Amino acid sequence: MAGLELLSDQGYRVDGRRAGELRKIQARMGVFAQADGSAYIEQGNTKALAVVYGPHEIRGSRARALPDRALVNCQYSSATFSTGERKRRPHGDRKSCEMGLQLRQTFEAAILTQLHPRSQIDIYVQVLQADGGTYAACVNAATLAVLDAGIPMRDFVCACSAGFVDGTALADLSHVEEAAGGPQLALALLPASGQIALLEMDARLHEDHLEQVLEAAARASRDVHTVLDRVVRQHVQEASVLLGD
Amino acid sequence: MLKSKTFLKKTRAGGVMKIVREHYLRDDIGCGASGCAVCDGAHEGPVLELQPLDRASSLCPQPHYLLPDTNVLLHQVHFNVWRPGTWASVASCLRPSGSLETYVEQLQGENSNDRNDRAIRVAAKWYNEHLKNMSAENRLQVIFITNDRKNKEKAIEEGIPAFTCEEYIKSLTANPELIDRLACLSEEGNEIESGKTIFSEHLPLSKLQQGIKSGTYLQGTFRASRENYLEATVWVHSDDEDNKEILLQGLKNLNRAIHEDIVAVELLPKHQWVAPSSVVLQDEGQNEDDIEKEEERECILKTAVNEKMLKPTGRVVGIIKRNWRPYCGMLSKSDIKESRRHLFTPADKRIPRIRIETRQASTLEGRRIIVAVDGWPRNSRYPNGHFVKNLGEVGDKETETEVLLLEHDVPHQAFSQAVLSFLPKMPWSITEKDMKNREDLRHLCVCSVDPPGCTDIDDALHCRELENGNLEVGVHIADVSHFIRPGNALDQESARRGTTVYLCEKRIDMVPELLSSNLCSLRSNVDRLAFSCIWEMTHNAEILKTRFTKSVINSKASLTYAEAQMRIDSAAMNDNITTSLRGLNKLAKILKKGRIEKGALTLSSPEVRFHMDSETHDPIDLQTKELRETNSMVEEFMLLANISVAKKIHEEFSEHALLRKHPAPPPSNYEILVKAAKSKNLEIKTDTAKALADSLDQADSPIFPYLNTLLRILATRCMMQAVYFCSGMDNDFHHYGLASPIYTHFTSPIRRYADIIVHRLLAVAIGADCTYPELTDKHKLADLCKNLNFRHKMAQYAQRASVAFHTQLFFKSKGIVSEEAYILFVRKNAIVVLIPKYGLEGTVFFEEKDKPNPRLIYDDEIPSLKIEDTVFHVFDKVKVKIMLDSSNLQHQKIRMSLVEPQIPGISVSADTSNMDINEPERKKKKLQK
Repeated sequence: MAGLELLSDQGYRVDGRRAGELRKIQARMGVFAQADGSAYIEQGNTKALAVVYGPHEIRGSRARALPDRALVNCQYSSATFSTGERKRRPHGDRKSCEMGLQLRQTFEAAILTQLHPRSQIDIYVQVLQADGGTYAACVNAATLAVLDAGIPMRDFVCACSAGFVDGTALADLSHVEEAAGGPQLALALLPASGQIALLEMDARLHEDHLEQVLEAAARASRDVHTVLDRVVRQHVQEASVLLGD
Repeated sequence: MLKSKTFLKKTRAGGVMKIVREHYLRDDIGCGASGCAVCDGAHEGPVLELQPLDRASSLCPQPHYLLPDTNVLLHQVHFNVWRPGTWASVASCLRPSGSLETYVEQLQGENSNDRNDRAIRVAAKWYNEHLKNMSAENRLQVIFITNDRKNKEKAIEEGIPAFTCEEYIKSLTANPELIDRLACLSEEGNEIESGKTIFSEHLPLSKLQQGIKSGTYLQGTFRASRENYLEATVWVHSDDEDNKEILLQGLKNLNRAIHEDIVAVELLPKHQWVAPSSVVLQDEGQNEDDIEKEEERECILKTAVNEKMLKPTGRVVGIIKRNWRPYCGMLSKSDIKESRRHLFTPADKRIPRIRIETRQASTLEGRRIIVAVDGWPRNSRYPNGHFVKNLGEVGDKETETEVLLLEHDVPHQAFSQAVLSFLPKMPWSITEKDMKNREDLRHLCVCSVDPPGCTDIDDALHCRELENGNLEVGVHIADVSHFIRPGNALDQESARRGTTVYLCEKRIDMVPELLSSNLCSLRSNVDRLAFSCIWEMTHNAEILKTRFTKSVINSKASLTYAEAQMRIDSAAMNDNITTSLRGLNKLAKILKKGRIEKGALTLSSPEVRFHMDSETHDPIDLQTKELRETNSMVEEFMLLANISVAKKIHEEFSEHALLRKHPAPPPSNYEILVKAAKSKNLEIKTDTAKALADSLDQADSPIFPYLNTLLRILATRCMMQAVYFCSGMDNDFHHYGLASPIYTHFTSPIRRYADIIVHRLLAVAIGADCTYPELTDKHKLADLCKNLNFRHKMAQYAQRASVAFHTQLFFKSKGIVSEEAYILFVRKNAIVVLIPKYGLEGTVFFEEKDKPNPRLIYDDEIPSLKIEDTVFHVFDKVKVKIMLDSSNLQHQKIRMSLVEPQIPGISVSADTSNMDINEPERKKKKLQK
């Protein structure tokens, strides 16, 4: 971690935020008419698009159908132009597969899949611009898209990342902070119940600090929920105005 | 959520990368002035005082804050020109970057320096506007201090009161002497016209880096020679292990590099290579115009050239990193009366003389002062500097102590407020929380044994018989790591200090006194937290079980070595403490025997103790340290504890245990010892530590009882330095001197930082405390070891320097004495003698300036020196005269001269009546009695 001071003595981060503050979130629902549900989210400079189809009949091999619940199929990809250096392969690499799997686990926990047995729900997420916290942005975008599609869920799934620098937990890491190499934790939370849909961390962090980082991520996820809730309410209001109620 | 709507994109062209970053501008940053109602509480950290401590300034009579610009700050901050009260805190300088109101975007065509200047001006303006909101009686003004002319003009244009540093300091009517301390930067400008350039220009860093990469230049550390100011070497550290040395000769080739700088050098073509000269040259010129003379002198160096002696020679082309520090030394007053420019001679002979400007030359004469270097212009023979601090009179005890601490880089300032804030609040008591993971051992009969007058007691012992007939022995070490938590200011400061430094009359603590002499000191009859190492042993000192635990103890007695010895010896005493001590003593003897059988060395070094006058603190008497059985008893258990802990932490953390090793010396080191012993018909085997220990034990001479001690002293000189290291970075753990496969330091956490780390590792190993990332990072640990080793070395040097100074004081009061001495080493033109009575070592030179050289024949095989007709061997007994040589005021030293055996023309009279202490050069020839 040469040189860069991630947290100044005055308690400010590289981009001027304080430790627990999120980046600016802007989101829109129903960006595409063709899909059953869609949403676009910007978390700082991280931008993601999510599209949902379903629930519909199982496509492809029928053997995959589950007798008691819907199959959630998630595909993640990131645009070739999403990072500073242009990427060769936009999807299909190991990282994308893993991300797809994680999203699937997250949404299997959140969507009431038992309501749609033997059917399939497709969630496609694409990252248009990556600046840290891609998993969180994907989850948040997908939540809005699933809501837009009208698929019943237990609750919003709100995700946020958190890191740990100099004994302080930082919420919503930017790319600069991620690249510094400290531990990074990704949390997807069902805010109403406080249940954790997914928790992921692949760096070393002492267990004594875990609670602190987890708490920071959970608090940030709840903040995300406040913002998403506002977006949904506004969207519904706009939609109802259009309907002429 | 406070967040600004504005954000901008920064692009940085590094190759073809385009980086997009956002930046949040805040509107919640307080101004930091304590009286400000507008941003009440929005500011964290240090605040500006409401009523700044005002130094009456004729320029601005009303109370004000100062806002220095970056350059002023960088150049002037370390000289207490400024008082904290007048600071418009450093935070304000950082303010522009984060705050909505004072954010400044870089304009097209504006470089970043201009932007920064503008940002500071905007901040100053903002402050002035902002502070208008304050109540009338507290109305404050911000004054902008800059040395940049344009910057100042612009500031005044914008309506900010601005002054240059010099103007402001001059206006401070209360403190006229401050002007001297101002770094003289402006001088460079007005001096260019005067005089010709002496030195070639330094290349810019980018060119140097290119050159180093391509191999045309070499990077290394500049090391000036102590003896010859026109000569220096550069140590080039390259990756492929072949560290080489490059010789630099002549003022122009040295090109303004100062000792310890990191420089880039260019190798000269082979025909210009020179040999290191053996001439001793001191820079004595007062006038700086005599460059021609310098060149003459340089010629002297080059005369005796021998093909084989030629060494790679080079010249400095650029400085990569300056390693200037404030230097101690003395003023050499200019010959010209009324002159304000004077030369300053540093105490360290490797540092060139420095030109300073001062109006108080006459008051500074004969005093030790500190001077900082500001720069070295191309046309100046000497670097420019400015006066920083007056330490005091030469020869004064306080002053000299200060100097030796500064010169050995021993951090000795009082602990800062930030450090002290991490101390426990008094009155302190043990709470429930402290007892977590801690065993209550207050019922045990623990006692401590230390030297008299010791206030930082870090170890205590106990021994008791268990029901099964075995013995339980406990070593209890002060639990310093309980008070010093990783990462806080207190911890960082202790890590920086590394060790407590014991000088003859003073102790420079590693941790604040509250801890070292009170809360961590295991004093008698108070509850203290400890880290205990408890063994179950048989009566034959075989260890059956070892366990470690954090504990609470209550020492029953703190004894001195003598008191403990008395208790053990007196048959009348049979209390708990005494029986415990006897048990310990018995076990210690068995342990010691076992250790010696394994090949541990008992070495000897003459240690002296000064008896101080209780009032004046002047040394009255000197005495070599006395060793008792109890000393070795305590030592034995400390060794055992250290070894047990080392095993445990290495077992638990094989990659990042902090251990201590003592490498076996290469056989060549022993040559001198073997040869010396041979001359006395003794054989010393040095194949293994065991062989050495045995042969040292056998080397005894009935007619010469001191021989054995002398041999042991010599053996000590052959040894390598023991060092701390990180187990993951090395694979040789052996401790040669103690004959232990693994060793560490655990028993003195109050005075050594290494022990604190070991305590933390052990606490984690037994689950009594939590770990932290730095503890398990072997690279960080290796860096820490480096610092600790450096501090230990420096502490040792400082201790020696302190002893040397006190020896001087002692002999000053004592006058000239003649004493018996033994020859330790024989050199080509001198003998090194040891005076057992004072434990003092000194050199007797046989060649002197202004005197015909005597006939000297040196034999390397049997180290001996034949002078005229007398032959000197190692260990010969001689008689020498000791006196203080104060011909050089800055470097006083003890001078020794030979009295017996008598050699006409060499030895001096033992009779001291006619000698003047201050004129040791004048020696009387020995008269036949």
